[in-house]
Amino acid sequence: MLALRSIAAPAQRQCLRAAPRGVVTMSLQNQRFYSSKDSVAKFNGTKDSSGLYTVSLIEGDGIGPEIAVAVKDIFAAAKTPIKWEPINVDPILKDGKTAIPDAAIESIKRNKIALKGPLATPIGKGHVSLNLTLRRTFNLFANLRPCRSVAGFKTPYDNVDTVLIRENTEGEYSGIEHVVVDGVVQSIKLITREASERVLRYAFQQAQAIGRKKVRVVHKATIMKMSDGLFLSCAQNIAKEYPDIEFDAELLDNTCLKMTTDPLPYNDKVLVMPNLYGDILSDMCAGLIGGLGLTPSGNIGDECSIFEAVHGSAPDIAGKGLANPTALLLSSMMMLRHMGLGEYADRIEKAAFATLAEGKALTGDLGGKASTQDFTSAIINKL
Amino acid sequence: MLSRNSSRAAQRLLRTSAQPAQRLNFARGFASVQDDAPIQTLQSDLFKPTKYGGKYTVTLIPGDGIGGEVAESVKTIFKADNVPITWEQVDVSGLDDATPTGRTEDTFNQAVASLRRNKLGLKGILHTPISRTGHQSFNVAMRQELDIYASICLIKNIPGLETRHKNVDLCIIRENTEGEYSGLEHQSVPGVVESLKIITRAKSERIAKFAFSFALANHRKKVTCIHKANIMKLADGLFRGTFQRLAKDYPQLECNDMIVDNASMQCVSRPQQFDVLVMPNLYGGILSNIAAALVGGPGVVPGCNMGRDVAVFEPGCRHVGLDIKGRDQANPTALLLSGAMLLRHLGLDDHANRISNAVYDVIAQGKVRTPDMGGNATNKEFTRAILGSMENAL
Repeated sequence: MLALRSIAAPAQRQCLRAAPRGVVTMSLQNQRFYSSKDSVAKFNGTKDSSGLYTVSLIEGDGIGPEIAVAVKDIFAAAKTPIKWEPINVDPILKDGKTAIPDAAIESIKRNKIALKGPLATPIGKGHVSLNLTLRRTFNLFANLRPCRSVAGFKTPYDNVDTVLIRENTEGEYSGIEHVVVDGVVQSIKLITREASERVLRYAFQQAQAIGRKKVRVVHKATIMKMSDGLFLSCAQNIAKEYPDIEFDAELLDNTCLKMTTDPLPYNDKVLVMPNLYGDILSDMCAGLIGGLGLTPSGNIGDECSIFEAVHGSAPDIAGKGLANPTALLLSSMMMLRHMGLGEYADRIEKAAFATLAEGKALTGDLGGKASTQDFTSAIINKL
Repeated sequence: MLSRNSSRAAQRLLRTSAQPAQRLNFARGFASVQDDAPIQTLQSDLFKPTKYGGKYTVTLIPGDGIGGEVAESVKTIFKADNVPITWEQVDVSGLDDATPTGRTEDTFNQAVASLRRNKLGLKGILHTPISRTGHQSFNVAMRQELDIYASICLIKNIPGLETRHKNVDLCIIRENTEGEYSGLEHQSVPGVVESLKIITRAKSERIAKFAFSFALANHRKKVTCIHKANIMKLADGLFRGTFQRLAKDYPQLECNDMIVDNASMQCVSRPQQFDVLVMPNLYGGILSNIAAALVGGPGVVPGCNMGRDVAVFEPGCRHVGLDIKGRDQANPTALLLSGAMLLRHLGLDDHANRISNAVYDVIAQGKVRTPDMGGNATNKEFTRAILGSMENAL
């Protein structure tokens, strides 16, 4: 420990020109977090006496309650063994920091799984985003964002089927910022070996779970040599643990360019990347298939996982019964699969995609005229 | 007052006309507005490149990958049009094993000195190795060294070149000297790395003013600030706040802002809504690549980097193209159009129009196209076709 500190201390304020010393400390690092082959983020929830899993439900703001009702109705119709436990996450201030109420935390910890509608975050009012708070509170380190083209909704891109995993706890969104002097702000991008290895291991395991043979890391290590460099070298190490999965790396610029030109070559890969890149690229992929109203998302942690609709709370159409519940519904499918209830997920998903492909009961955002209720009933009829 | 002066300043920016008296006027006017600001946006010198023997001297840095091939096309075409430019070529390379010079600080310094002297450059992209012990990116170092702070990337559908999106016409203005590319990184303890993103009010002001002036000078209607201020409340908050404060001085422009993830989503679904976009460094890298893909890829997107003293024109979407190096498949359109921007910057509009019209003409006819545009012609064949088209137009 003493030796380690003596090396670490002088290295503290150094940038990339002092790289040789960085290399020495790296080799020490290798011994500290020895890799384990355990499956990360496994669901450990249990059934209650009536054979049902309890799921915490955060309905969210705006259109949240409406789309939550739609999901509940569809789940009831499909007879999924799920019991909902609605919780309230209105922010409270705890020691001057934004926090969520203890009751909500306990519920999610107990159930180990939650489904969440959209939450509104006001810009520039000193609030830490609630989404961020939830991720931090439960250490939800990976964000899983699949995007699949929906038959029946035409975009310039067809047959998109991407899977993107984003590191969720650090990177550019570490929240460490300060004003150095007036008019000069430093924002710190934090990359740690521990968090990088965890999300990378999850990416490889997820690739195995969904039967994809390739994992690709997206990075910008040409410019951010140490931070993205660390992420990249972690990936190269972890890749050795998964010889059945093909591993490669691509520069962020190239990924942006190639995905927008032709997303099809990405259909057989799982992409994994640090926080900000993941945030931007996952939304970009959503844009390829028609927007956030059609994309599910899962925030995966070791202790518990939260599945959510990532679109906004759309206050302008809230309460009018016009909202599109697809994103929340698809997120709940991911949730069912995570819980090992894949057969229910398959049934509901088939009905949902069939309804969308048919195009008779589409909501306004997809160019239809149906209400949330019409859309829900159409899916239930198909079940 | 401010807006009028700035707009005039910007009008000179890409379209210099030969009116020295007016030029002085604007310079004085602009400086007076800037009195209290520590960093000036423009310097009048920028618009007075020296002419020796009736010719302008321009630094040419072909760059790595396809750079050498496309630079050759540019030289051939410029020569055929008798453009009054003497190239001062500096073969900088970011590759370690490049011959004969290799990746050396010496040639890099030589290039920077040459650009300082000539104030104008045409540049390909330099390769940056990933190795963690390696040097900083030469591209970034050059921008910081010369303080060429504004990167402009013009994204517009080329007539005849079919892509998934129609009627795209947007312009990405990117802060080039700070932000995520500050190059400040350190390892706090083993396995914990911090990378600093620096946003300053002075540089945010400078880039915002540049964007507004650019928009006015080019008859654009709308300027959108791209940020992530909902998460990076201080850093991007400062950028966005500065933009909004300055936007009040430009009532003739429609100004709004958008979060970067939403912007990239909108970019692939409805790019027609964008006009001029202004953003910090990293987002610019991401969005210029997404946007370039909308109109045909890095081979057709021109761009430039503007500073107070120096202007360097380079392809807008910065790809080295090492994979197709030496195969004679490179598309010289991006560098040619960047070269045409350079000519307009010098006030040589006739030459610029002849060259860019010939390029557009060849692409529109569609008979001779490089592989990235869906053809099978080589770079040399494409270049010859452009020369042919220029001859026919005479």
